[in-house]
Amino acid sequence: MALFRTILLRLLTTTITLFGVAVIVFVVIRVVPGNPIAMMLPPGATDADIARLQALYGLDKSIPQQFVIWLTGVMHGDFGTSISLRQPVLDLVLGRLPATLELSIFALVIAVVIGGFMALTGTRLRGTRVEAGIDVANGMALSVPDFLWGLILILLFGVLVPIFHISGRISPSIDFPFMTNFYVFESVARGRFDIWADLLAHMFMPALALAIPLAAIIGQLLKQSLKETMHLDYVTLSRTKGYGENHVIVKEALPNAVLPTLTLIGVQFTFLIGGTVIIERLFSYEGLGNMAIDAVVNRDLPLIQGIVILFALIFTVVNLVVDMTYAALNPRLRHA
Amino acid sequence: MTGFLSIRNLSVVLAGTPHRLLRSVSLDLPAGEVHGLVGESGAGKSMIGKAILGILPRAIEIAEGEILLDGQDLLQLPPAERRRLVGKTAALIPQDPLTALNPSRRIGPQITDRLVDILGWKRAQAEARAVELLAEVHIPDAPRVMRSYPHELSGGMRQRILIASAFAAEPKLIVADEPTTALDVTVQKQILRLIAEMQSRHGTAILFVTHDLGVVSKVCRSLSVLYGGKVVEETEVRAFFRGPKHAYSAALLAATPKYTDPDTSLTPVPAEVIAAVQAEVEAADGEWRHVR
Amino acid sequence: MLDGRSAIKRRAGLRLWLSGGWLLLIVLAAILAPWISPQDPLAQDLFAARTPPFWEAGSEPGFWLGADSLGRDVLTRILYGARIALIVAFVAGTLTCAVGAALGLIAGYFRGWADRIVSRLVDIWMAFPPVLFAILLIAVLGTGLTSIIIAIVVIDWTRFCRVVRAEAMNQGQMDYVASAQVAGMSRLRTMWAEILPNVLPTIVALLSLEMGIAVIVEAILSFVNLSISTDSPTWGGMIAEGRTSIHQAWWVLVFPLLTLFLTVLSFSQFGEGLKDRFDPVLR
Repeated sequence: MALFRTILLRLLTTTITLFGVAVIVFVVIRVVPGNPIAMMLPPGATDADIARLQALYGLDKSIPQQFVIWLTGVMHGDFGTSISLRQPVLDLVLGRLPATLELSIFALVIAVVIGGFMALTGTRLRGTRVEAGIDVANGMALSVPDFLWGLILILLFGVLVPIFHISGRISPSIDFPFMTNFYVFESVARGRFDIWADLLAHMFMPALALAIPLAAIIGQLLKQSLKETMHLDYVTLSRTKGYGENHVIVKEALPNAVLPTLTLIGVQFTFLIGGTVIIERLFSYEGLGNMAIDAVVNRDLPLIQGIVILFALIFTVVNLVVDMTYAALNPRLRHA
Repeated sequence: MTGFLSIRNLSVVLAGTPHRLLRSVSLDLPAGEVHGLVGESGAGKSMIGKAILGILPRAIEIAEGEILLDGQDLLQLPPAERRRLVGKTAALIPQDPLTALNPSRRIGPQITDRLVDILGWKRAQAEARAVELLAEVHIPDAPRVMRSYPHELSGGMRQRILIASAFAAEPKLIVADEPTTALDVTVQKQILRLIAEMQSRHGTAILFVTHDLGVVSKVCRSLSVLYGGKVVEETEVRAFFRGPKHAYSAALLAATPKYTDPDTSLTPVPAEVIAAVQAEVEAADGEWRHVR
Repeated sequence: MLDGRSAIKRRAGLRLWLSGGWLLLIVLAAILAPWISPQDPLAQDLFAARTPPFWEAGSEPGFWLGADSLGRDVLTRILYGARIALIVAFVAGTLTCAVGAALGLIAGYFRGWADRIVSRLVDIWMAFPPVLFAILLIAVLGTGLTSIIIAIVVIDWTRFCRVVRAEAMNQGQMDYVASAQVAGMSRLRTMWAEILPNVLPTIVALLSLEMGIAVIVEAILSFVNLSISTDSPTWGGMIAEGRTSIHQAWWVLVFPLLTLFLTVLSFSQFGEGLKDRFDPVLR
């Protein structure tokens, strides 16, 4: 029953947050000086033409009126029509979402692998130069944001040692009739591992750029909690049973040390997803973020709105999933 | 007489310094005997148990000495071999039952893991053994308890489980590190009785670390009194309570409340006795540093 | 082992010197740019277009770090770019800190409805992808230095707010705060005299970090062509340009990128170093 109440409360705050986001975007983009309609029409269009199109997009009404119309549409699953691309916003956004999700998840996997490896190695070799080296590397990785790591990766592995793709989502030569936009999952499901490898090779650089700061955070926090856990009595008791250092770290300490890191990953993963906006631009990756920047540049109000709301929705869902995983992994919470 | 646990000249230092935390400790423990290690906090009594089990903190290292367990010098063995030997022949009953069980693992595997992983038993066999052991420590409904997580059980219950777990592999030596200190007074007596009961049933030798001479009088046959990391007196329990030989031991005994007569006023250990014993344990330090 | 504290202090000391030294160099570059620059930052010289740096074959005297595709000197533009970078760093960083820390302090110490409003706002802000938010704001405000500074403040105040709020909450529960209240100190005075000094090391570290972030935000906005006008050289603008000609003239990207990298790294390390130095527990 308590769980039910928590979920209900959570849904309520989520709704308020999303509503707040919608209001802010709506107001902010409607005070944009440029007239998106005038930009759409060929030069020499009359004022009457502009007025007619404005009426078509509902831009002639007051901002509160527009908001109510928009909100009513959203309730019915209608996010309006993109001004620059002239397609329903929902279709456009859902078409690009899989690319961004795949990139983010791949980046998360990389971050967890690197961060976990750093933390475990640092704990195993605590007090040695290796641990000090890991600390320095983590500190550096943390201080520099994904945008700069992206540029550095482009320079190192795109130009100096050109071994990875630094542009696009898939090689143009590949002509494969995808049925969904989840290319990575679909290529595996349909057994085309050559295409799958090509996709991962394209994703690797942008995903790594996104992953580096998160890997450092995971590495730092997990190592810290592992080292604290290593002093606890049940770890000592396990040593007296005849277990070696590796078993003690992985089997006894890790399950308990991982919980604080997990909560942190939740917040940090939303930052990572936010980072896709500029990283996709940097690596010409055809995702949601890249589309968002185009939408702003083109003053495409309905599209901007749709994308921002979608991002906000993703963030809140991620936080919800993390909280639920936390509860599932922590026996004390599960039985409370 | 040389027991199956024999400690010779064990000195332990703070890593990188000549500062000794154990000063040439020697100790013999015959099979099946319960031996008390007594002293004030900081006397080094738990350090001996930790040195045997190989769980000294990283900042503390063994400077010299031998720890013979079953005829083998633990300090000469490679770390992995030493760990296995200790895991098979010795066990620990820890001080605080609330922190000594892994909160994210179920009770069952925490009892059986050593049997399966270190001694190579079959899982079913190990589980049957765990049920048996839980019955021995008077825990009813063993299957349910084995499925529980530590936080679902009381402190006394968890200490029973830790005792069961310590006896699981039929070790020859158990180090009981202040096993009743963290418990309620009412539970303390039950646990003490339980340890004594298990000990006589299994015939295990126990090194009983405690600051409480009252506990020693109940469960131990012999004892060592420590001060400043040195054994100042080693004797039979009966002889000790009749009349300790060392002035510090005598003062310590006088400072202990009597169960029979709790109203007698207590005399703290006099300052001159402390000064004398301090001088005594430090006597060899200069020479020891010089040799190193 | 025993010397854990002094080892931390020594490392913090080295960190402070290295990062502080680099930042000082950048400050000097910004101040002295008109006098020490070998060229005019805006002068185009198509004959010198894509001249490589001095140690490569085909280099030209006066173009130490080479020239971009319009023949402008890379070193000169880096020196002048330090001006915009530092203005953005100091002004945006300080303002962001002031707004965020003030709201965080009020929310964390006074609790109640103030906290509820601030927390809800933070929640809403956290649901925006920051880069997209920044780009959106610049689109609304128009390009230019002031817009960039406003955008950074609007986006990043939550960073200070969240941390300071949590710290102020912790400190607010300490006994010394209660005793100050018992002694008759007003709530506002307690916040100022008792809470703030204890939160200060954290704020200082965050402020330094934020300055680095501000420089990056400027670079990102330049990268999507939404920064300052093309007349003033900025590191971000140079990087954006270098990215397009990366295969023909790597130096146009590498040198501004390296400068930006070291500056951002130094800001954050400087902040961490200061925090360790002033942390009463370590000192």
